[in-house]
Amino acid sequence: MREIRYREALREAMIEEMEKDASVFLMGEEVGHYQGAYKVTEGMLEKFGPERVLDTPIAEAGFAGIGVGAAMVGLRPIVEFMTWNFSAIAFDQILNNAAKIRQMSGGQFSCPIVFRGPNASARQVGSQHSHAMEHFYATVPGLKVVAPAFPADAKGLMKAAIRDNNPVLVMESETLYSVKGQVPDDQDAIELGKANVVRPGKDVTLVAYSRMTHVALDAANALAKEGIEAEVVDLRSLRPLDEETIVKSVWKTHRCVIVHEGFPYGGVGAEVADRVQRLAFDSLDAPVLRVATLDVPMPYNAKLEQACMPQADRVIAAAKRVVSRGKA
Amino acid sequence: MADSNVLERLYRQMLLIRRLEEEAARAYAQGKIGGFLHLYIGQEAVGVGAIAALQPDDYVVTTYRDHGIAIAKGMSPRAMMAELYGKVTGCSKGLGGSMHMFDAEHHMLGGHGIIGAHIPLAAGAAFASKYRKDKRVTLCFFGDGAASIQGFHEGISLAALWKLPIVFVCENNEYSMGTPLSRTISVDDISKKAAGYGIPGWQFRGEDFEEVQAQIGKAVAQARETSMPSLLEVRTYRYRGHSMSDPGKYRTPEEVEEHKKKDPIAIGKQKLVTAGYDEAKLKGIAESVEAEVADAIRFAEESPEPELSLLEPTTYDGPFAS
Ligand SMILES: Cc1ncc(C[n+]2csc(CCOP(=O)(O)OP(=O)(O)O)c2C)c(N)n1
Ligand SMILES: [Mg+2]
Repeated sequence: MREIRYREALREAMIEEMEKDASVFLMGEEVGHYQGAYKVTEGMLEKFGPERVLDTPIAEAGFAGIGVGAAMVGLRPIVEFMTWNFSAIAFDQILNNAAKIRQMSGGQFSCPIVFRGPNASARQVGSQHSHAMEHFYATVPGLKVVAPAFPADAKGLMKAAIRDNNPVLVMESETLYSVKGQVPDDQDAIELGKANVVRPGKDVTLVAYSRMTHVALDAANALAKEGIEAEVVDLRSLRPLDEETIVKSVWKTHRCVIVHEGFPYGGVGAEVADRVQRLAFDSLDAPVLRVATLDVPMPYNAKLEQACMPQADRVIAAAKRVVSRGKA
Repeated sequence: MADSNVLERLYRQMLLIRRLEEEAARAYAQGKIGGFLHLYIGQEAVGVGAIAALQPDDYVVTTYRDHGIAIAKGMSPRAMMAELYGKVTGCSKGLGGSMHMFDAEHHMLGGHGIIGAHIPLAAGAAFASKYRKDKRVTLCFFGDGAASIQGFHEGISLAALWKLPIVFVCENNEYSMGTPLSRTISVDDISKKAAGYGIPGWQFRGEDFEEVQAQIGKAVAQARETSMPSLLEVRTYRYRGHSMSDPGKYRTPEEVEEHKKKDPIAIGKQKLVTAGYDEAKLKGIAESVEAEVADAIRFAEESPEPELSLLEPTTYDGPFAS
């Protein structure tokens, strides 16, 4: 076991996989000479050289497409978006090419590619730079989407993403890059599609992922002081979604609150709510609630930004609402 | 020989922009400004010279490196500084921040955060001018890094096809974040791309605001009179990092110092000296700039923050259901 940062965990995963498999290469804006806009890829250019670590111009559709084409004929690209916001420009490549190649070729071609980068809010970067893009992508069959909250998961899921024969989108977080955590020395790939119960509890299930798992844990600790034991399910993988782990938890707690960044209209939270009401209906003692970003473009002003983003106090309030309803 | 009133006005504008941004950098270090802050320091002659070639009701659109261009277009320093501070008195009510300087009164259609995405948008404003036959011209600024992205190609391609009254101005400051031009593009002169769209294009240096004004003026006249768009590349240089978090390790201090020898503000000052301005007169200009900067800071510091209730009415037209 070692304690390393989230960004180091991601880097280790990429380096180890690149050492093992010569077909894996990395490209993106500022990933090489600049050492990564957020230093995730620090040292990788020096280690692997400019043939395997490529600085791209600002041309998201172009380099995402080059990744897809290269993947079709046997390479395994890791494509970094400086942030997922900019993937909007490459959306067509991901939606119409990466996600479709396998099925529209009748299974003749596959697209083993990783798209990765920081997702969701950073700090005061405004409406165009604060998107939680996982909601858009998780709706698309043909894609896999993961969103680790801890360094060990970041490493394991990144390894699995690189080895997977499908397009896998890794949603990282600028605000998690410096977070430290224990990572086993021999951390191997973690199977995609498996959630993790990161805190056991009996009164309410909090479902979260990425940075919101930490917010849910903070909320759970505060709730514990008031005698409410929340179980926190860290999804890790958004597609495929581990409904079994979610449902098992709700069977135990009879209540569910989902916490995520991004708008409340549709999205991963709505998907989880649908599964819970279908698969655990008889067990529910209260409606399933969601705590999401408010339904407005993200404002720049710091206080308003904080007010828009899901915070522990909103999670606590939602948890209390479902708990008290069940007991009334 | 230019009218010395005009020289003084444009020199003062450059100095004002420089001083506002130096103070913004200081406020950023104190935590009073957050998020991204991309400074225009070193590039002032481009925005000031270019906008001096426009009529007041012409449109301007630019990137996130927008403070100088907004001020040159007429935005008040108070509105700019308050926006940086996230105050409700800011140009965008504290909701936009550094990258999003909008000023409808002065036909400033924004600073934009997504590379290239504002280029078709600018062509859209020019489209409206042609549609309404209002004889306005749109000036669209972007960086050298934008020349690889689809918005650049599609925006210019359409503007050329439909002969829209627009001037595309590439502010080539030699770097796109930490990457020099030689590693982002296959040609050394971005204005050469104009040929592929069948429009005029040329390159010039941007340290002398009068030179910029004259060059952009030619393109603006073509756009206004014959609705011929053009693609100009202005060679310039930013003295500071890409944004506040960039230590700028990709270039040497010597390189930066070399460029500072051609400082647009020093060049502007020399023009005034040549026009007969003495020390006392120059000092007077500097003092009035300092007073305006201090006023903007005070205004920003003392202004209230926006309330959460502001978000709803600024998101849609009229209150929405539920
Ligand atoms: C589509 C897109 N990709 C990436 C970014 C991140 N980004 C912001 S500024 C920048 C560099 C732009 O350089 P350039 O166009 O030369 O303008 P300059 O900053 O030099 O004014 C990058 C990569 C972005 N804003 N939009
Ligand atoms: Mg540049």
